[in-house]
Amino acid sequence: MSQNPILEIKGLHKRFGDHHVLKGIDFSVEPGERVAIIGGSGSGKSTFLRCMNFMETLSEGEIWLDGQRIGQQVRGRMTYPEKQLCKVRERLGMVFQQFNLFPHMTVLQNVMEGLITVKGLSRQDARAIAVRELAKVGLGEKHDAWPGRLSGGQQQRVAIARALSMEPEVLLFDEPTSSLDPELVGEVLRVINQLAEEGRTMLLVTHELGFAYHFATRVIFLADGVFHEVGTPDEVLKNPQKPRTQEFLRRFGEFAF
Amino acid sequence: MNYSWDFRPVFAHFDMLALGLLNTVKIAAVSIVLGVLVGLVLAMMRLSVRRWLRWPAAVVIEFYRNTPPIVHFFWFFYAFPVLLSVSMSPYVAAVLALSTQSGAFYAEVFRGGIVSIERGQWEGARALGMTHAALMRRVIVPQAISRMVPPFIERSFELLKTTALASTLAYADLLYQAMMVNSQTFRPLEVYTTIAAMYLVLLVTASQLARIAERRLTAYQ
Repeated sequence: MSQNPILEIKGLHKRFGDHHVLKGIDFSVEPGERVAIIGGSGSGKSTFLRCMNFMETLSEGEIWLDGQRIGQQVRGRMTYPEKQLCKVRERLGMVFQQFNLFPHMTVLQNVMEGLITVKGLSRQDARAIAVRELAKVGLGEKHDAWPGRLSGGQQQRVAIARALSMEPEVLLFDEPTSSLDPELVGEVLRVINQLAEEGRTMLLVTHELGFAYHFATRVIFLADGVFHEVGTPDEVLKNPQKPRTQEFLRRFGEFAF
Repeated sequence: MNYSWDFRPVFAHFDMLALGLLNTVKIAAVSIVLGVLVGLVLAMMRLSVRRWLRWPAAVVIEFYRNTPPIVHFFWFFYAFPVLLSVSMSPYVAAVLALSTQSGAFYAEVFRGGIVSIERGQWEGARALGMTHAALMRRVIVPQAISRMVPPFIERSFELLKTTALASTLAYADLLYQAMMVNSQTFRPLEVYTTIAAMYLVLLVTASQLARIAERRLTAYQ
């Protein structure tokens, strides 16, 4: 059963000066898919994810969201009007490695912020949604706390609630557990799992290979700026065909599936 | 040393010193307000993506950082009026000198506050779909302000002390009034000790107020 892709990337290149990070990537995501992106550090996996919601500018390539190409041709050149990018980012929620909560707002205000300033909801409506989303990530008790007073795991769950509150069509996770103490990883992964059960479309850049195995419907191994190996979790993580993938998995050592 | 202190002649002219203090506070307050406006404009120019806005602002800021404040007072009082072929009161010239020089420094304070906000804050706001204007207003500036407060206060104290240079233009600030009282009483030790104490009280009071403001603006940290 093939549906229309919600997100499609064509011929994506990204260069930082002379450094050619992404070398021509074609990729599409169908609604309900969960894609785990793995690879060594510096392989460009975060950059790849960040290109989708234009946290990075594209050097070359096209991004299509729900059948519509993002950007505008102006005198033969592709431009990306701010209004359009804002709309795209609203539809693609992002969760960062460093949480990026707003430290001058309480937990509740953090979640309400986008609803009010971006979606234009009333405080009352925004509040109701924020309360609901915070309850969902298990932080119903922390409304009035300052983010700086929370553990990393709690902060990341607030960040997830903040992204969810905007009702994005796709969720982008950029190494959501990489800056957490080991004992706090579980609580964040549980929340992400819960979202998987709801059938949400998600892209996850991660080093948690064990989690990726259970979570993903598709795994991408990124190396040297290209998709080196793509397949089901079983194909890529258990029976990798390419030596490079095998080597990567070996170096990562034992992980529990 | 058997100098006999006598503050009575000084206190007899205390109304003159009080007026001077009032004028000092007035010129400082006006210059801070105007300086903030100048600083905001210069900071926005410096932060602009357009080079033709960034460069002139940088030149102005460098000019003020690398020239003595008293030269600015003289320039606005003696030179600038020639350029405009108008005459300028000491008050106006002093306000121009003070507000432009403090503006140049405030600009760096404002710009520094903005650029000190971590990249993650910009990205967190942008990822929610906020426009540049919204993310500045809601996320960056509120955080930047709390970081700007300490250097802003420090700079404003500099300004408050620099107002004494206005006396060289015969503006009736505290120092100028002290010189007047001195010329009538011939009691330099008492006069200048008194006004030093008055400056001290003024600045200590101001710093207490500033500390309260600082605490309020940085409450979340």
